[in-house]
Amino acid sequence: MAIESNRLSEEVLKDFFSDIHPPFEYDEGAVIEANRCINCYDAPCTKLCPTHIDVPLFIKQISSGNIKGSARTIFLSNIMGTGCSKVCPVEKLCEGACVFNLLKEEPVPIAKLQRYSTEKALKEKWNLLIRKESTGKKVAVVGAGPAGLACAHELSLNGVDVTVFEKEEKPGGLMTYGIAAYKVTPEFCKEEVDYITAIGGIEIRTGITLGKDITLRELREKFDAVFLGIGVGKTRGLKIPGEELEGVVDAINFIYNLRTSDYSKVAVGDKVAVIGMGMTAIDAATQSKRLGAKEVTMIYRRSENEKPCTDSQLDIARLDGCHIIWLAAPKEIIGENGKVKKLVCNKMKLGDIDSSGRLSPVETGETFTLEVDMVIKATGQLPYEELIGKSSIRAREGKIVISENSETNIPGVFAGGDAVNGGKEVVNAVQDGKNGAKAILTYIGI
Amino acid sequence: MANLQSSFLGIKSPNPFWLASGPPTDKITNVIRAFEAGWGGVVWKTLGTQIKNVSSRYSALNLNGKKIAGFNNIELISDRPLDLNLQEITEVMRLFPDRAMVVSLMADNDRNSWHELVKKVQDTGAHGLELNFGCPHGMVERGMGATVGQDPEIAGMIVEWVMEVAEIPVITKLTPNVHSVVPVGRAVVEAGSNGLSLINTIQSVTGIDLDTLVPNPNVAGKSVFGGYCGPAVKPIALKFITTLAQDEITCRIPISGIGGITTWKDAVEFILLGSGNLQVCTAVMLSGFRIIRDLCDGMNNWMDEKGYQNVADFTGLSLPKLTKWEELDINYHIVARINQEKCIHCGLCYIVCEDTSHQSIFKEDGHPYNTYKIKEEECVGCNLCKIVCPVDGCITMNEQRKGADYLNWKEFQRMGLPLNNH
Ligand SMILES: Cc1cc2nc3c(=O)[nH]c(=O)nc-3n(C[C@H](O)[C@H](O)[C@H](O)COP(=O)(O)OP(=O)(O)OC[C@H]3O[C@@H](n4cnc5c(N)ncnc54)[C@H](O)[C@@H]3O)c2cc1C
Ligand SMILES: Cc1cc2nc3c(=O)[nH]c(=O)nc-3n(C[C@H](O)[C@H](O)[C@H](O)COP(=O)(O)O)c2cc1C
Ligand code: SF4
Ligand code: SF4
Repeated sequence: MAIESNRLSEEVLKDFFSDIHPPFEYDEGAVIEANRCINCYDAPCTKLCPTHIDVPLFIKQISSGNIKGSARTIFLSNIMGTGCSKVCPVEKLCEGACVFNLLKEEPVPIAKLQRYSTEKALKEKWNLLIRKESTGKKVAVVGAGPAGLACAHELSLNGVDVTVFEKEEKPGGLMTYGIAAYKVTPEFCKEEVDYITAIGGIEIRTGITLGKDITLRELREKFDAVFLGIGVGKTRGLKIPGEELEGVVDAINFIYNLRTSDYSKVAVGDKVAVIGMGMTAIDAATQSKRLGAKEVTMIYRRSENEKPCTDSQLDIARLDGCHIIWLAAPKEIIGENGKVKKLVCNKMKLGDIDSSGRLSPVETGETFTLEVDMVIKATGQLPYEELIGKSSIRAREGKIVISENSETNIPGVFAGGDAVNGGKEVVNAVQDGKNGAKAILTYIGI
Repeated sequence: MANLQSSFLGIKSPNPFWLASGPPTDKITNVIRAFEAGWGGVVWKTLGTQIKNVSSRYSALNLNGKKIAGFNNIELISDRPLDLNLQEITEVMRLFPDRAMVVSLMADNDRNSWHELVKKVQDTGAHGLELNFGCPHGMVERGMGATVGQDPEIAGMIVEWVMEVAEIPVITKLTPNVHSVVPVGRAVVEAGSNGLSLINTIQSVTGIDLDTLVPNPNVAGKSVFGGYCGPAVKPIALKFITTLAQDEITCRIPISGIGGITTWKDAVEFILLGSGNLQVCTAVMLSGFRIIRDLCDGMNNWMDEKGYQNVADFTGLSLPKLTKWEELDINYHIVARINQEKCIHCGLCYIVCEDTSHQSIFKEDGHPYNTYKIKEEECVGCNLCKIVCPVDGCITMNEQRKGADYLNWKEFQRMGLPLNNH
């Protein structure tokens, strides 16, 4: 048992990390599916899309052969419409609301159709949204993730000159560094960011960290307004003995490595335990398996009913052959020579409803032990408590507090995305970015 | 099991389905395949003075991803030698003696030509003749086809010429490219035609290629009006057939119903409005001869369910149910009702009523599903919501009479009853 890289051949890895939701291969396929849409009024799909894309309209535009119009309809509401079509948990958003579900029929494949027209736009570099003439107003955006980029785009469209400060080497946020490799590739992330910035008026300055290289005060002085889209940070600790052992890793770091190096160079154990059952946990488990781990076991303290991931996400893990243990919580990690050897878990049962509105996990007093050589923690991310804590920005449990119009307690400083909601989806971050931009436009008098 | 055997003007066939004159009946190879598949009879592709066709020849109208709601062609009558056609007709009749063989004719516009053609065809032993007075393209320019069919006097004259030598039943095929088919219909009945058939195709432009700007079908950068047929023309065909079946003169002779017949249901409708048998062209051009199986089977099952033994048992049964507007009952009133259990909350009923009808549907916002309810006092009973609703039986129309007794428009006016005030 050991943590090793290079477990599988290049070809196998390529196959395992290829697109999990492949696009339409033929135009006819898109048209056939587009024609299934019955063009609902006040459509439930649109209502459940956090960015409120006019779904029936963009689908009808595919069936009428107006692909440019279709892509424009999507981008008007969601400039990351292409990325969203690949990463959104649509089964609980638009597609989950499609009226066909009520007839027990497959919903219209909205995401796949959205990908169809927007990918064409990216590939052909269609110039669909035109920037207004510069107003001379300047806004700083911190964080080049979905929230920051969406905010920057909306501002620039309205004639604002935007500078985006990003601590990492590449823009994209978790889209570039966090989301599963079989959903988006680094090349795609770059293409999408390039498409967003192609309207002009957006300068992205990478390698600059707020709180280290620049301060909020400086930004307030040099710019007419500031938007904070800094996301959330590290994974929450397990706070159990043995957490410091070699082989205990943070899911976010694990995936970050996977997204920034060759798959063959990413090390993974023989027997991996993944703690948690959110999207990050699923991604860590499935990608461990796809890197060549022999056994992957997911451990979650509540039961299937309370799980934070969706059914189809769980299906991916199951189909990848991950074991799942419900009602178990890590108690202790036992090591040998400083390396992970065993994971001891408490058996849990369900108790009363807790503050999250779900049945709470309660210890039964019984335990069991798993032989493992790697433990991946995916138990939710912590906000940037340090950065936020040091500043005068009002926060609650590390999450930035904003008013109805996206403004923090500091006038002229706005925020959105994971940094505010504590970690939702890309599409929520995009909507937050748009909301922030609209509020900023009002604030700076445009 | 109901009996589908058919006899039209004494011409017998194992079922009432004939192939209409056109490409499917153009030569022996096709017709043998059609008879092997089970078609009851054919009307052989129109014979006359041999012509030459162009390329391309067909185009279609697609609708919301459904291919070919309507079909159009610019073909002429047979482009094969007359003698070869006659030989093949004789041969097919030898191979399939139980099937109906009717031959479509369009001679040059003089008595002699018609006499000669009729005699030659009769020599094959064919069971009947169909006079093509309906082709809307190509032949018109030569003073034939629809030109003849649009003028009662000329049509009557030609039928008279034909009847002078005809020894087998003569069916006159009418063109729909007229305001009413009744004047020509009356003229040919009075001239002695034994039967009528309709419709032939309708002049049309199905669309334009938006790159080249050339209408379809494209013949070296130009196009002409083509003949429209297929599912889209069924409603027009049914209307024309009804006018003939209800006219006191044209109703005297049998009608062979043609125009957009695609399913057994279409066929039943043609019969209910007075067709003695049926002819099909486009549907087989789009799917092949095999569709005959469900045409027969579906009609058969429906007849069994309804208790009809023969096609004659239900021929024309819907004719008395098509009346004049003035005779409709104004006191009859229906209102829509939505079955909330079946509703899938698509909002289509709401938006059509709100935007284009009578604002009779109430929307209660929900997330993500709205609830829709009918405002019964506003509903005029137009059917629009029921038509757009994607769920069968979700919206029903329920009777709420305005008065107990039958009341027509004339009576309504005579009684000085009030009109709408909003
Ligand atoms: C493992 C994992 C898988 C996920 N899978 C999905 C998925 O499949 N589908 C989905 O919709 N969502 C998924 N998410 C969630 C999604 O990635 C986030 O909700 C989304 O990226 C949030 O966008 P954001 O712009 O608010 O934050 P981020 O994407 O985190 O972007 C914040 C940016 O700010 C930068 N930054 C932070 N601090 C500073 C600073 N001090 N100075 C300068 N720059 C700074 C960061 O480097 C980063 O680029 C996943 C998340 C994780 C962790
Ligand atoms: C390609 C084509 C060629 C046709 N040729 C003839 C013809 O030669 N003689 C004729 O009487 N009708 C001809 N018709 C008309 C058909 O017989 C028929 O009346 C018409 O198409 C309507 O029926 P449908 O909707 O079933 O096709 C032709 C139709 C098509 C599509
Ligand atoms: S709910 Fe489904 S059918 Fe209705 S508009 Fe949306 S995608 Fe189309
Ligand atoms: S059209 Fe039918 S299914 Fe749609 S909302 Fe109306 S009643 Fe419901």
